[in-house]
Amino acid sequence: MISKEDVLNIASLSRIHLKDNEIDQLTKNLEDILEYITKLENLDVSNVEPTSHVLALENVYREDTVIPSLGQANAIKISADIQNGSFKVPKVIE
Amino acid sequence: MKLNHLTAHEILELIAKKEYTAKDIYQSVHYQIEKTEKEVHAYANLTEPASLSIDENKSFPIPIAIKDNMCILDQETTCSSNILKGFKPSYDATVIQKLKDSGAIIVGHANMDEFAFGSSTETSCYGPTHNPWNLDCVPGGSSGGSTAAVASNQAIWAIGSDTGGSIRQPAAFCGVVGLKPTYGRVSRYGLIAFASSLDQIGPITKDIKDSALLMNIIAGHDPKDSTSINRTVPDYTNSLVNDVNGLRIGIPKEYFIDGIDAEVKQAVLDAIETLKERGATLKEVSLPHTEYAVATYYIIATSEASSNLARFDGVQYGLRKIPAKSRKSSIVDMYEETRATGFGTEAKRRIMLGTYSLSSGYYDDYYLKGLKVRTLIKQDFDKVFKDFDAIITPTTPTTAFKIGEKTSDPISMYLSDIFTISANLSGIPAISIPCGFSSNDLPIGMQIMAKPFDEEMLFRIGYTYQQITDWHKKRVDL
Repeated sequence: MISKEDVLNIASLSRIHLKDNEIDQLTKNLEDILEYITKLENLDVSNVEPTSHVLALENVYREDTVIPSLGQANAIKISADIQNGSFKVPKVIE
Repeated sequence: MKLNHLTAHEILELIAKKEYTAKDIYQSVHYQIEKTEKEVHAYANLTEPASLSIDENKSFPIPIAIKDNMCILDQETTCSSNILKGFKPSYDATVIQKLKDSGAIIVGHANMDEFAFGSSTETSCYGPTHNPWNLDCVPGGSSGGSTAAVASNQAIWAIGSDTGGSIRQPAAFCGVVGLKPTYGRVSRYGLIAFASSLDQIGPITKDIKDSALLMNIIAGHDPKDSTSINRTVPDYTNSLVNDVNGLRIGIPKEYFIDGIDAEVKQAVLDAIETLKERGATLKEVSLPHTEYAVATYYIIATSEASSNLARFDGVQYGLRKIPAKSRKSSIVDMYEETRATGFGTEAKRRIMLGTYSLSSGYYDDYYLKGLKVRTLIKQDFDKVFKDFDAIITPTTPTTAFKIGEKTSDPISMYLSDIFTISANLSGIPAISIPCGFSSNDLPIGMQIMAKPFDEEMLFRIGYTYQQITDWHKKRVDL
């Protein structure tokens, strides 16, 4: 059903670096859970509309006016690395 | 009389009569924490004494525990995860702001399953919370620290969040009242999101009257949460009516199946009989898609979680880990190393399951299919509520299980939420109320569900039940 390569691919999409000892366990767990989920195959939903939200939500608009907010200094002070008012991260472009 | 054994409404009466002060109440809770927290471990962290605010002039100076996934200004908020260790929010969640305005005394952040991923509070980075009724057992989860704090009298009130039963299941296990309000009733601004179409914040208290009082404080529309509903909030204390005469209550047969604990079943049937004696009409109903709820939930909730938790990448806040020099270190390596180090096993499992459900080639078979089955589950409830005012079920199939019993078997852990998940999938309000004890002295909970925005019905039935019974008056003597 789900191979070790699948798991490594999902981990990569999830941006999680798996340690070797985690791979087998996660493969088995995901396989068990996906197996359990197959019970939904018993249901014919071809004519059923999906429900992504239980309430009839509409987009919420507000006037485009400036209102007080956190402010830059307050917003970034909890970052691990700040430089010149910006978040500093490792190189993005090779 | 032990002050910390009282309910908030009893305490407020004593304060009004000037027999005690808010400070006395806080002291009694503080003393209890010093005495029993080592064994119970209900808290992730306690409010620094310098930040404690006790205002005798406010209306509700009640000591309260806050689940560790709600932002409190300048107070460490971690979702009980290593990835958020040291995170001190720059703002208060809306519920926190409302509680502070009303005078509630924030005792600390209650322990929880990491990111609310769990049903036992065992996945916390701080280690497990213990059930005050039996320290070898789990308190339930994910709001197990919140319910254990109230049950161990280490807080008078608590706030939890409920995505698939995370308030109600631990409330049942700990013998307290836990309410999941209607989706949209309480603002989630400042709640660290798990599954945004399911998450809801709610009160954890010792009785129904306190639940109504606490809902009066936290409910209401908030422009900062676009999913909160702009609809008048009733005064919930008006629904504290001792009368169920003529109410039509449905008993879904799918919730009384083989495999449910005989004592749990009997306690709930007894409670139903009690309401019948008071004039309620009870009738068997069917919610035919119940058996698909857990599978549907684990597709939808993990998909939303994988998306919500993408923000924990080491850039803006929380943990940042750069791989050791031997490996290359681009920004992607930083993301992968940060998340590998910061997330626990269950968080990784759920993020990966959600990523899989949403990934190209699997989306139709998993995520989209889950959303369609969700429609069927919601329609089951719509249909029953055409003819009934409420539905009553057990909150959980068993009483609290042993610590460690289910940690190596994710599916058996997931199935402990089998009766609570449907209310989240359909957005309806649901409450768990103590309705008995097992032969080994563990609490049993009954769940009442009602139509969207009819929390008043839950309070009315619960209040009537608590006028006749005294399960909610039992206290742990720790």
